[in-house]
Order: sequence, then C-alpha cells, then structure tokens
Amino acid sequence: MNKRKIYIGIMKGAMYFCTSLTALLVLFLFGYVLIKGIPNITWELLSTKPSYLAGRIGILPDILNTIYIVIATLIVVLPLGVGAAVYLNEYALNKKVVELIEYAAETLSGIPSIIYGLVGMLLFSNNFGTSILAGALTLVIMNLPTVMRTTQESLKTVPQSYREGAFGLGAGKWRVIRTVVLPGCLDGVITGCILSIGRIIGESAALLFTAGFAHAINDFFTGLTSPGATLTVALYVYAKEEGEFAVAFAIAAILMILTLLINLSTTMVGKYFAKRRNI
Amino acid sequence: MSNIITSKDLCLWYGDNQALKNITVDIPEKSITALIGPSGCGKSTFLKTLNRMNDLIPIVRIEGEVCYENKNIYDKDIDINELRREVGMVFQKPNPFPMSIYDNVAYGPRTHGITNKAKLDEIVEKALRDAAIWDEVKDRLRKSALGLSGGQQQRLCIARALAVEPKVVLMDEPTSALDPISTSRIEDLIMQLKEKYTIIIVTHNMQQAVRISDYTAFFLLGDLIEFGETDKMFSNPKDKRTEDYITGRFG
Repeated sequence: MNKRKIYIGIMKGAMYFCTSLTALLVLFLFGYVLIKGIPNITWELLSTKPSYLAGRIGILPDILNTIYIVIATLIVVLPLGVGAAVYLNEYALNKKVVELIEYAAETLSGIPSIIYGLVGMLLFSNNFGTSILAGALTLVIMNLPTVMRTTQESLKTVPQSYREGAFGLGAGKWRVIRTVVLPGCLDGVITGCILSIGRIIGESAALLFTAGFAHAINDFFTGLTSPGATLTVALYVYAKEEGEFAVAFAIAAILMILTLLINLSTTMVGKYFAKRRNI
Repeated sequence: MSNIITSKDLCLWYGDNQALKNITVDIPEKSITALIGPSGCGKSTFLKTLNRMNDLIPIVRIEGEVCYENKNIYDKDIDINELRREVGMVFQKPNPFPMSIYDNVAYGPRTHGITNKAKLDEIVEKALRDAAIWDEVKDRLRKSALGLSGGQQQRLCIARALAVEPKVVLMDEPTSALDPISTSRIEDLIMQLKEKYTIIIVTHNMQQAVRISDYTAFFLLGDLIEFGETDKMFSNPKDKRTEDYITGRFG
C-alpha cells in the first residue's frame, strides 16, 4: 500500500517536472527574444533601408520583400491547391490514385526545406534569376500540400445532403461545387491560407538559395524580378555575417509576434466558422 | 388519366448485389403513389432511379428502361439537369442549404437561368405559398434557413423543389425525421399538391400510405410484389405477402 503511494508520488512528480520544464523553455525563449528584441525596434529601423554611408540599418526592404513573397506565393498556391483538392474530392473516381496523391502530398510536406531550396534554385533561379519570384515559386511547391490537404479535409465535412439537394434541383456539377460545396469549405481554405502565410514568413533555408540577399526598396513588380531578402533571411545575414545582434533580435521579436498573431487568427477563424455552422 | 412515368424490366445492381429485379410499373399523373415495403426492399432505390440520383453512386449499374413522358431517361441524349428540374426530389432529412430562406428557394430558378429580381421574387413567394410556409417566413426571408424548425425546413425544401416548376415530385420518407404535428401538416400539403403535381412518396408508415396515397406499390427484396389502387390493396390484397406485410406480420 505504502509502496504504491510512493510510486504514484514519484511518477506524479516526474510528470510535473516534465510539464514545467517544457512550459519554462517556451516562456524563456519567448521572453528572452522579446526582451532582447523589443528595445531595438525603432521607427528608424522599420522605416529605412540600410546605408553604409549613414552607418544605418533599416529593415523596410525586408518587410516589403516578405509581404511581396507572401502575396506572390498565395496568388499561385491558392488556386492550384484548392483546384487540386476539389478535383480529388469531387471528381476523381479512382480511389487508389487519390490515395497515392494524398500520400505524396504528406511526404512532400515532410521534406526538409533546404531540399526545396536546392531544387528551386535549379528550376527557378536559373530561369528567372535569383529573385523574389523564384523564391515565391519555390514556396508554392512547399505550401501546395498544406493548402491542398486542409481544403480537402474541409471538403469532406461538407454534408453530402447539400450536394444531393443541389443535384436534385437540376444543378450541374460545377454549379454545385461553386455555389454549395466551396462556400461550405471556406474555413478550410482560409486555414490553409493562414498556415501557409506562417510558413512563408518563417522560411529561410529555401530562400537563401533562391531569393537572394538584397536590401533595396522596390515596388511589387520590380520586387518580384529582383533579388531580395525576407525578414528571416535578413535575420540570418545580420546575425551571422555582420554580427549585428541588436538588429537580429529586433527582427526575431517581430517574427515571434507575427507568428503569435497568425496562430491566434487560425484559432479565431476556426471558432468563427464553428459558430456560423450551428446557428 | 395518362401515365407520366413508366418503368419496364428495370434492374439495378450495387456492385454484385441486385437491388431491383425487373420492376415494371406505370405511374399515373397528378396522383399520389406510395412506395411501401420493409427496410432494404428497394423502394428508395427505385425512387432514385426516377430522376437518376443513383448516378451519384459510382458502383450502380442499371438495365431496363424508365420512361418519363414516353422518353427513356437512361438514353444517352438525355439532359440530366433538365430531367431533374422536371422530376424534383425531397429528401428524408430536411437539407436546406446554409443560405437565407430566399436564396434556398431561388437556388433552382437561378440554376436554370432566371436572374430577373422581380421574377425571382414572384417565384419565391409562389413556391413558399404552395408549400404552406409563406406566412411563417415572409418576414424573415433574408435570415438563414438553418434557423427554422425541422418541419419548417422540410416545407422549405418542398418549396425549393416546387420553385423550378417540376411535373413530378419524388419524396423519400419526407416525414420520418419529423414530429407528428409537422408530419400532419406535410401530409395535408402533399394532398393539395397532387392537383398540380405527380407525387411519388416512399414511406415506412402504412397509415400514412392509406391516408394520402391514391396508388400503392409494395416492394419486397427488390421485387415489386403488387401495385394498385391504395383502397383496394389495403382492403383486398391480391398477394399473400402483401397481406402479411400490411397486417403487420413482418416488416
């Protein structure tokens, strides 16, 4: 009896220890980056480009590049991913092929991103030059499985009775998909979209090969065809090659806050649609 | 009275499993025909062959013919969307789309190319009146259809089916998910509808078949055992199996 109590006590203690260690690590990392980073975020840093003459570092070009690459990637990946998901879920009859593609997509999302970078460099940078566009296309391949899978999972939750109801009224297949099925899976598309934004913002390895390191302020279309560093790449460059740890931590803090916001918005989208479904 | 739907030697398989065996039946127009029989007897399957809803299931194979207005609907040159406009369907579970009440009813007419606002308004009101739900929803047409009660949802689905001006309305146990009061409202509605439409209704409820139908078809294990006027069949069934079923000896 006593022995068992001691045993239970020890196991409980061990689990408390594991849990608190995990929680502490996360909190420590978060706190450390924020405390070291936030004081270094200045208006000058956010609103200028770097200049050796003025001895100044600004990350505005990197912020713009990040926004450009997010937009460019989404413009390509959303139609492709949603289209593929609709085909697999609504049209494809051969279940074996569907399973094969799903399996391939799962595998694709587990490949280290540096390999995407290598392939992207050979496929895109060699053709379009080292540029935001080449980086975005590389990220398209990386994020395609995510968008496709989340859309597909969401398509599966659209009740079959909606489709039957629409077919029963004489609607053609495409009309059923456009008016009943796609609106019903909007939450999945948006979730996939947000997850992709998170991955794009956080990606560095694949972009080191493909998008380059330049810090010039460009408009969207010039930006696409020019090399440019995103925030994560800039973080790497400032920390590793220039020893500017203050700037690196400032960028890190910004990225951390962005990630937090993205996670929050994913949860909120989920809640919003769950609510809308059971009025 | 002429026959609007006729089937001849209709057989249907789900994979290797034969669900309908040589069904030959003539369904008169502007009447209510009830399809009865124990679970798994093929009555719902038969109903779905009449507007080709079985096409949605890939493993289904069909032989024989089903004629709607003397044209075989399994011919290659049939426009399925047009067929389903003329032969509408109401399902077992109310399945309004997650849209407003108005948009639900307008879905069919819009599908078939009506975009004029005034015309749509007119169609929606008429369909909702025909389905005996207008008074309950006229002040909340822009509200979500999912906020209605189960019985209201089912009448909305009937309105939605009527909005495309079908000639035949197929109903697959339309009251089995509803409470008794909603059920009796829908039965009243169905009896009014037969003035303009041909109704074919699958039901598990024999009293319901007696109450509302003019003709009854009794299915058993994929065979059509007996078809005839409801009064005659229930008072004087020709087949022993029909008699056993309607007197509740099995089922």
